[in-house]
Amino acid sequence: MEFDPVLLARLQFAFTIIFHIIFPSFTIGLSAYIATLGVLWLRSGEERFQLLMRFWVKIFAVSFAMGVVSGIVLSYQFGTNWSRFSVATGNVLGPLLGYEVLTAFFLEATFLGVLLFGFNKVPRWLYVLSATVVAVGTMISAFWILAANSWMQTPAGHEFKDGVAYPLDWLHIVFNPSFPYRFAHMLNAAYLTTAFVVIAVGARFLIGERHIAEGRTMLRMGIGLTAILAPLQLVIGDQHGLNTLKHQPIKVAAMEAHWEGSKPADFHIFAWPDEKAGTNRYELSIPKGASLILTHKMNGLFPGLLSVAAKDRPPVATVFFAFRIMLAVGLFMIGAALLGAFFWWRGSLFETRWYLRVIAQSWWIGFVAVIAGWVVTESGRQPWIVYGVMRTADATSPVPGATIAGTLALFIVAYGIVFSFGIYYMNRLIAKGPDLGPDAAKETSEPGGISPIASTKDAGHGIV
Amino acid sequence: MEWYLPLIWAGVIGTAVAMYVIMDGFDLGIGILFPFARNETERDQMMRSIAPFWDGNETWLVLGGAGLFVAFPRAYAVIMPAFYLPVIVMLLALVFRGIAFEFRTVSHSKKGWSFAFVVGSTLAAFAQGVILGGMIEGIKVENGAYAGGPYDWASPFGLLCGLALIAGYGLLGATWLVMKTEGAIAVRARQQSKVFLIAVLVFMAAVSLWTPLAEPRIAERWFSLPNFYYLWPVPSVTALLALGCWYWIEKERDAPPFLAAIALFMLGYLGLVISNFPYLVPPSLTVWDTAAAPSSQIFMLVGTLLLLPFVLGYIVLVYWLFRGKVREGESYH
Ligand code: HDD
Ligand code: HEM
Ligand code: HEM
Repeated sequence: MEFDPVLLARLQFAFTIIFHIIFPSFTIGLSAYIATLGVLWLRSGEERFQLLMRFWVKIFAVSFAMGVVSGIVLSYQFGTNWSRFSVATGNVLGPLLGYEVLTAFFLEATFLGVLLFGFNKVPRWLYVLSATVVAVGTMISAFWILAANSWMQTPAGHEFKDGVAYPLDWLHIVFNPSFPYRFAHMLNAAYLTTAFVVIAVGARFLIGERHIAEGRTMLRMGIGLTAILAPLQLVIGDQHGLNTLKHQPIKVAAMEAHWEGSKPADFHIFAWPDEKAGTNRYELSIPKGASLILTHKMNGLFPGLLSVAAKDRPPVATVFFAFRIMLAVGLFMIGAALLGAFFWWRGSLFETRWYLRVIAQSWWIGFVAVIAGWVVTESGRQPWIVYGVMRTADATSPVPGATIAGTLALFIVAYGIVFSFGIYYMNRLIAKGPDLGPDAAKETSEPGGISPIASTKDAGHGIV
Repeated sequence: MEWYLPLIWAGVIGTAVAMYVIMDGFDLGIGILFPFARNETERDQMMRSIAPFWDGNETWLVLGGAGLFVAFPRAYAVIMPAFYLPVIVMLLALVFRGIAFEFRTVSHSKKGWSFAFVVGSTLAAFAQGVILGGMIEGIKVENGAYAGGPYDWASPFGLLCGLALIAGYGLLGATWLVMKTEGAIAVRARQQSKVFLIAVLVFMAAVSLWTPLAEPRIAERWFSLPNFYYLWPVPSVTALLALGCWYWIEKERDAPPFLAAIALFMLGYLGLVISNFPYLVPPSLTVWDTAAAPSSQIFMLVGTLLLLPFVLGYIVLVYWLFRGKVREGESYH
């Protein structure tokens, strides 16, 4: 059988990294939420904050473990799948990943021990401090890895000699043109994603009429946050898109399925990009909408896909649809957050059943948007692995396609198992709720018997 | 500057690998010893002794990988494709044992995830040994890229090294349990330490005989004069340490057997470094052939020297916070 090693290496990388990003999107946000609850608890001494904090720490533990193990896989895949890329860019990307390990991974991993096992061992302030350190660690980690990725999108601060990149200016490398936008957009995405999980759990408790006080706290905190962050994400995303137009115009053309640069661009609510014919079918469009968004002029022009040869175009349909999915989620989030804020202001937030039911079911939308966003970014960069400099096809390792296919199958099976159990266990912990129940007293009195994941004997009779 | 930078980096990465082998070594070792526990309660106690540390321990593996990518990208780009299958098997094994820490406590039946923990830990140790063996035997390189097939690593020597590393991590794990637990587990761990100690010595002897016989460059390194005069203390100290380890186990001491096991490991490691230096990808690429641009190495070296003391500082803090023995019956969380 013939296997295309480039395609398989890409599929494998895409699969493992999409699996990985699910967990950072949640742990970056959740660690910050846990730290916030900890600070509130220290300052107010109120029990509900402590209960909520310890409830979320249990779920955090499961998610973090999956994030860590899938991340370790990725750090080795640069070498296993993209060895020629590693040689060409090691001088530039290597140090960024190295700094990530030294400034972030050790910090997160070490203080995680205190967060999970230290509740009864260390003073309160040290416990909350550890939670904060973990949260800051995840942020620093995002900083470096996004610097690395942004350099691949908009390389700067280096020179190429004989196909190898040499650093010239580290500040330009790290703060390359797309980095500030990507960092802001991704961090905000993580907070939004987590906030929607928190809101959904709060709503679930209220519908089930259990843990009312905690449910209300979560709902208020989540809606307060998203009412600000969801609209902000639209603003950041818009700026991000304008910046991309400057540096990667063909990616933007693919996002909008815009073929002819000589005409103003419509905003397609739906279309079926036909890559062979170089045009769209079944368009449903707002005339000149895309021109207005991207150039702020009705008749503004920006390059179309036809301005470059077919072999230099990204996969248009993938980028186009992924972008629409992200936009749809973004708009839904804005709507849900503002509506929630409105009900809150009217004093009917906790009684509006239909609203609670809808948001209780929406815990997953942030994850979909994050994945869709990354597909836009990464597929839109194709056929380049380092934009305008190195092609993905020139980046692979000398590994036969059959080997990659076999390991890809292994990854799919293994991650399938891990993911199903992970989701199942997290759901059970959520169903069990923050009430630590009768064995809570026992656990807190027992020296060293801390319980981030208390026994779940009585889980399962949750609400759902 | 350009001349000794790669040497400094070889030292840094060598240290990261040593830290990894010791630290993840003992917690992988717990997984290797898991099947010999009597019941899940004992396994809880064993796991409890490493649970706050394992993630930090494994981060040294990331530092080793990232360090190689930073300082020697050309070596990284040869080694990873050369050991594609064992690397991926190791990573998947680490996935299963890593999540077992959390999943085991939240699932109704602990048995399934205990099994995953055993298989993951053992397989990861084995795969690491296979990679090590393959490095010693040499990697086929043409034009700076890997030129061998996908199964070149599968040699009798590689498999021997795989088993050797299982025994080695088993020894570290058993002596760790001697130090960190009490009751039935500690008693059993003393017996296990002795068995693994003997196994480790046998494997060390086998590797020490095999490599000079199979690789003339290694024989030359050890047995030519005057090297021989400088190097003979290495095996002698190893033998003394092994005796000491045995003696301290007999005397029911807590920490000394573990420390002796670490020292044994480090001597074995030193032996491998002596055999192979300055090759990073034996037998063709040296640390100088594969080094990153000097400005990259300097940029990262400054950061490493500034940050590593802090990293070590808070690692010590966490080991100190969780000092003392894990008592019998004390639950996992
Ligand atoms: C926006 C954030 C982000 C992105 C784009 C990535 N990661 Fe990640 N990664 C994290 C945010 C993160 C984190 C929040 O720091 C994690 C997630 C959960 C966790 O445990 O830490 C993590 C864990 C994590 C670990 C384990 C760290 C440990 O031992 O504690 C490694 C080795 C990587 N990642 C490597 C990568 C690589 C090589 C990536 C890209 C190719 C990547 N991550 C994308
Ligand atoms: C974590 C969020 C990320 C997601 C979900 C993601 C997603 C993807 C996807 C879907 C592809 C395949 C694209 C295609 O072949 O059409 C890809 C490719 C790739 N990405 Fe990312 N990516 C992420 C972050 C990163 C980061 C941070 C880096 C580097 C620092 C990176 C480096 C690469 C490389 C090297 C490839 C392979 C070559 C290629 O196909 O372009 N990615 N990614
Ligand atoms: C509401 C309107 C939104 C707009 C206008 C928008 C815009 C964009 C654009 C233009 C990109 C591609 C950047 C590039 O590669 O050049 C992008 C990427 C991305 N988006 Fe959005 N976005 C929006 C909402 C969201 C939401 C709600 C989420 C998640 C909760 C999200 C998550 C992401 C992620 C993770 C990426 C990839 C990383 C990056 O390049 O920043 N976006 N977004």
